Amino acid sequence: MSMRDLRNLALSALAFGVLALLPLYVSGYILSIATTMAMFTVLATSWALFSGPTHYISLATAAFFGLGTFVTGLGFQTLPMWLLPIIAAGLGAVLAALVGLVTLRLSGVYFVIFTLGLAELVRQVVTWVQNRTGQRGMYVLTSITERDIYWQLLGMAALVFLVGWLIARSRLGFALRIIGNDETVAKHSGIDTAAAKILLFMVSGAAAAVVGAMMAPRYIYIEPSTAFASILSFQVVIMALLGGTGRLWGPLAGVVPFTLLWEFISRNAPNQTLLLLGIAFLLIVYVLPGGFVGLYDRLRHRYGQGGQ
Amino acid sequence: MKRRNLMMSVAAGAMLAISTGAASAQDVIRMGAAAPKTGPLAGGADVTHWPAVRLWVHQVNEAGGLQLADGPAMIELIEYDDQTNPQQTIQAAQRMATQDQVDFMVAPYSTGLNLAAAPIFSQLGYPQITGSNVTNQQPELSAQFPGMFFVLGRTGVMAEDTAQVLVDLRDAGEIGNRVALVNVADAFGIEMAEISRDVLEENGFEIVYQTSYPLGTQDIAPIIDGARAAEPDAFIAWSYPADTFALTDQAIVQNFSPSVFFTAVATAFPSFEARFGEQAEGVMGMGGVNPDDPAFQEFAEAHMELTGQLPDYWASASTYATLEILGQAIEATGSRDRAVVMEYLQDSSHEYDTVLGPVQFNDMNDNERYWTVGQWQDGVFRGVAARGRDGAADVILKDGWD
Repeated sequence: MSMRDLRNLALSALAFGVLALLPLYVSGYILSIATTMAMFTVLATSWALFSGPTHYISLATAAFFGLGTFVTGLGFQTLPMWLLPIIAAGLGAVLAALVGLVTLRLSGVYFVIFTLGLAELVRQVVTWVQNRTGQRGMYVLTSITERDIYWQLLGMAALVFLVGWLIARSRLGFALRIIGNDETVAKHSGIDTAAAKILLFMVSGAAAAVVGAMMAPRYIYIEPSTAFASILSFQVVIMALLGGTGRLWGPLAGVVPFTLLWEFISRNAPNQTLLLLGIAFLLIVYVLPGGFVGLYDRLRHRYGQGGQ
Repeated sequence: MKRRNLMMSVAAGAMLAISTGAASAQDVIRMGAAAPKTGPLAGGADVTHWPAVRLWVHQVNEAGGLQLADGPAMIELIEYDDQTNPQQTIQAAQRMATQDQVDFMVAPYSTGLNLAAAPIFSQLGYPQITGSNVTNQQPELSAQFPGMFFVLGRTGVMAEDTAQVLVDLRDAGEIGNRVALVNVADAFGIEMAEISRDVLEENGFEIVYQTSYPLGTQDIAPIIDGARAAEPDAFIAWSYPADTFALTDQAIVQNFSPSVFFTAVATAFPSFEARFGEQAEGVMGMGGVNPDDPAFQEFAEAHMELTGQLPDYWASASTYATLEILGQAIEATGSRDRAVVMEYLQDSSHEYDTVLGPVQFNDMNDNERYWTVGQWQDGVFRGVAARGRDGAADVILKDGWD
């Protein structure tokens, strides 16, 4: 581990420490925005762990997220709260493995379409099971406050960053970068491409399921139509791409401005949110094609401070 | 350069929006409202929620505002779109409370969004008087959120009353005891189907056909097909707006015409009658009103005049009533202090005079007088079963679609 790594680790730990103190000195309004940011940070970062190096665009976030909310919804009365995110992570990983086995041998657009359908598929399976068992509406009534949820999400974000950092330094991370650049070359170099992709997809799926499990007490009423809402998948992709997936901190750089922008638009033009959001997104694509990471790298390159 | 100019004008526009949004006056009561303007529930909110809210604000201001101890105060309404997203509902409530510093908030639209908003209303100390929220969890919810009130009624009671309508018809010798029961496969549909099935079976009915369909199902034909083949006397569907229309459509196409045809949510919408015209005659659904009640007639007329559309025959009036209740509590205390108003609301001895008739909350913050089942009769959706309300019309049998 180099001095630079140590310095980065220390700085990150310090940043998390400061963020953890946030609920103590900000208003509820800021905290609710911060909670949303923390949620999207975990989702977008874990999404980029897989989709960044492999260039497989996954629209399955809502499926894993919804699965997680249902784990909490079904289990919070009988199981200890700390166990629920762990179960959610396990189920998310299993689901990702199943999907990965079926689809990751396919490439490109087939994968995108399948993952988009996955949220719908899981939602229908869940409603079918509910229907067969006569499971009533789920009310997650707990004493968990927004502050608790924020801290849980922040801890999860730290974990995801740590895992991402470790993967990037591992053989697995190296293999994935090769797959992303040229899958055929990777295969010929003796990399088991399917296994590598499935493994990382499981990490990403598990993280999204954990977020769902943590967020369920905030929604109180869990129903499939909101738990598996596909807009979540798209939001995560947009935010991650805005930030850029080339670096671990990239998605974070997208989540913060995007959440603020969304809030700004919701607040000042409540009747035109979707319209203005679309325009904002177009501007982002045209002005910032590589996301903030791309911009940062271009600037560094231009002013000659090293680069890649 | 052009791009920069565009960005500048966007920024300037945004600044303007902020500064006008922050204007305030002395004798004003600020009310915040967040409900769907986009997303899956926007259609329903446009019929039921927004017109009723705007109508109340308009009428109060026309009449010179609410009377506080230190003089009248006009209502200023601040609206947000929650995009039918619980996440946004929560954030909008936070924003209204801490940024806009509203004095009171209108409860959100629909069961799910009201429940998502409950902790934030409770934490910030805002009364949440709900008019479009049906649940059976009043005991648990009111214990956890003592500022949450329920005007529209209980799901369990509505399912029981619907089954009871059939029992009464059968006991009067008007129909046989064969029932087809279908439901949308989500929490609402499953719960309602289960309760109504239990009541029907206890009363010796035979469920000759039962099935469910996922929310958002496009092809509803096999369901009507299956129901028709079972030759039931009554057809009960615990459905949502889109499938309420689709089931009725398909029943007409296949000429499936049992003596009782019941579809749940949105049957009470004026658009149901607009779509099916005279064929709507005899169709039953959830909710209902007493259309002969002068209070409702006056409300419907004002609704039409201000918004250009009729209220629905169910939750429009109860949404409006939630604001009447809030307004009366504010005037009775003469205060804009939320804690004082909340205390007044929580005192179950108080009664409010509303478009629904008198409303009183029990110790679970629950209104016990409401319409449960309605039926289209001569172009009006009349209440045919109710708890604690007078004026229920007699049920008529559905006599074909033509």
